[in-house]
Amino acid sequence: MKNNNVIHIEGLTKMFGDFAAVNAITFEVEKGEIFGFLGANGAGKTTAMKMLIGISKPTSGDAKVAGFDVFTNAEDIKKNIGYMSQKFALYDDLTVKENITFFGGIYGLSRQRIKEKSAVLIEELRLEDVANKLVGSLPLGWKQKLSFSVSLLHDPKIVFLDEPTGGVDPITRRQFWEMIYKAANQGTTVFVTTHYMDEAEYCDRVSIMVNGKIEALDTPKKLKEQFKVDNMNDVFLKLARG
Amino acid sequence: MKRFIGFIKKEFYHIFRDRRSLFILFGMPIAQIMLFGFAITNEINNVDIAIFDHSNDASTKEIIIKISASKYFSIKQMITCEADIASVFQKGHVKAVLNFEKDFSKNLIKSNKATIQIITDATDPNTANTISNYVNAILQKYQKDLNKDITVANQIVPQTRMVYNPELKSVYMFVPGVMTIILMLVSAMMTSISITREKELGTMEILLVSPLKPIQVIVGKVFPYIFLSIINAVVIVLLSIFIFKMPVQGSLFLLGLESVLFIITSLALGILISTISATQQTAMMISLMGLMLPVILLSGFIFPISSMPQPLQVICNIIPAKWFIIIIKGIMLKGVGLQYVWKETLILVGMTIFFIGLSVKKYKIRLE
Repeated sequence: MKNNNVIHIEGLTKMFGDFAAVNAITFEVEKGEIFGFLGANGAGKTTAMKMLIGISKPTSGDAKVAGFDVFTNAEDIKKNIGYMSQKFALYDDLTVKENITFFGGIYGLSRQRIKEKSAVLIEELRLEDVANKLVGSLPLGWKQKLSFSVSLLHDPKIVFLDEPTGGVDPITRRQFWEMIYKAANQGTTVFVTTHYMDEAEYCDRVSIMVNGKIEALDTPKKLKEQFKVDNMNDVFLKLARG
Repeated sequence: MKRFIGFIKKEFYHIFRDRRSLFILFGMPIAQIMLFGFAITNEINNVDIAIFDHSNDASTKEIIIKISASKYFSIKQMITCEADIASVFQKGHVKAVLNFEKDFSKNLIKSNKATIQIITDATDPNTANTISNYVNAILQKYQKDLNKDITVANQIVPQTRMVYNPELKSVYMFVPGVMTIILMLVSAMMTSISITREKELGTMEILLVSPLKPIQVIVGKVFPYIFLSIINAVVIVLLSIFIFKMPVQGSLFLLGLESVLFIITSLALGILISTISATQQTAMMISLMGLMLPVILLSGFIFPISSMPQPLQVICNIIPAKWFIIIIKGIMLKGVGLQYVWKETLILVGMTIFFIGLSVKKYKIRLE
């Protein structure tokens, strides 16, 4: 294990009865990397991710996230990661500021720190005019960006994004990826699942899961060379169809 | 601790920004207690009746005066022919007709026996029964006054005393029941809905990924409802004391403690419901069908358990509300202390521990 690996996984397996939802996957993710975690629906992506964020216990294998073991130190992992799910997950009936305060609070940020952070965040997202409006009244794209920023509030080492750009327009998606790059440049590792193959091209490295196993793992460029196609979409189709 | 306070603050935002839950929380207790206290009642007051007096003599006149003087009846009309009896009922003008036989006075004096027919509208059987009882009572009193000077041999004189509720006010029976329903509804339904809402919105996942422990999440979610339920219990007790003049014979402190216990029982049920339902709607349906109906039908609130068939009586025992109603009726009306309701209290404690244990187990399974 190299020192700057923030995720280190070996033979990680999750069984549901006789069925191996995740079948002995092995990979490593470096600090500051944007790691794309791809796979068809039902390939085991979500299950694998749930083990990494500490809300599902693996059946066997080894996994260290942010330096902590998922079997024994799940609580420490939780303090060091951010998470944004495919369902938009801020509170609609709370204002922008209240949401920031709440999530900052449950991660144990001091009141002073929350104040500073929310001022910066609101300015960066240009939400000054709606800071005291209910989040429910904002357009989906804004909510998504806000949600991402909130998941970074406590400066996590790794941020897990589960299909973060589902249902938003291309412009917003583009802005969203700019935010991802910015976070990665500042040293945050980004672990992202997506169904958009153009987004897969933006990742530093991409893994593709098929039936619980990782079938391919490399940079998008090398994967395209390996499968002799000229876009990620075809790589994915070749693999997923078997 | 600071995280926890932030969490509770958020919970209160949810509650106070949702008009529907605000209404259920505060409008319903007051509306229910008023409804049961004023509108739904077993007592009769100023019931319209008609009189068909065949004799029109001194005795019948005296009886009629006594009846119209009572607050229970007001004489709406005097009937003069047989056919009118049917028609006044059909028109729904009156609830009862008193039919005095011919030569009432004469018969009473001569043969010591006179007949009066009480015809009641039994489309509402309870009211009909009550009317007939009240008229009988008035007649009996009149009869007693007549026979004041005569001593009859071998007489049995029943002396009825209605203890704990001498005026037979139905609000005395409804207040404990309504309090039970409200506490159950607010605690169980509202918490199960608020927890499943987080699941539905996906925020539960975020909370579970955060450093908050699952137990902190659950306690944080139910805490505001403990607080609000206690306020509700206080409001209901105050309303019943000051508006319905219902006395609280026993210790208010004990009443408070028992209420908190029942609130916790209901919250445990609410958490259990939230672990088995995926959506708010399911949670609401389970709460309504699985909790409200049994509370209304099988807790002894409206229908006496002792007159139910045996199997149903057995089922009633697993309804927490049954035990709580026994406890608060005891404390409020009979003024008993813990030494008389400790068994029921223990049963509630046992149920609470069971429900909490079960939901913790279910919750863990879900997390796996």
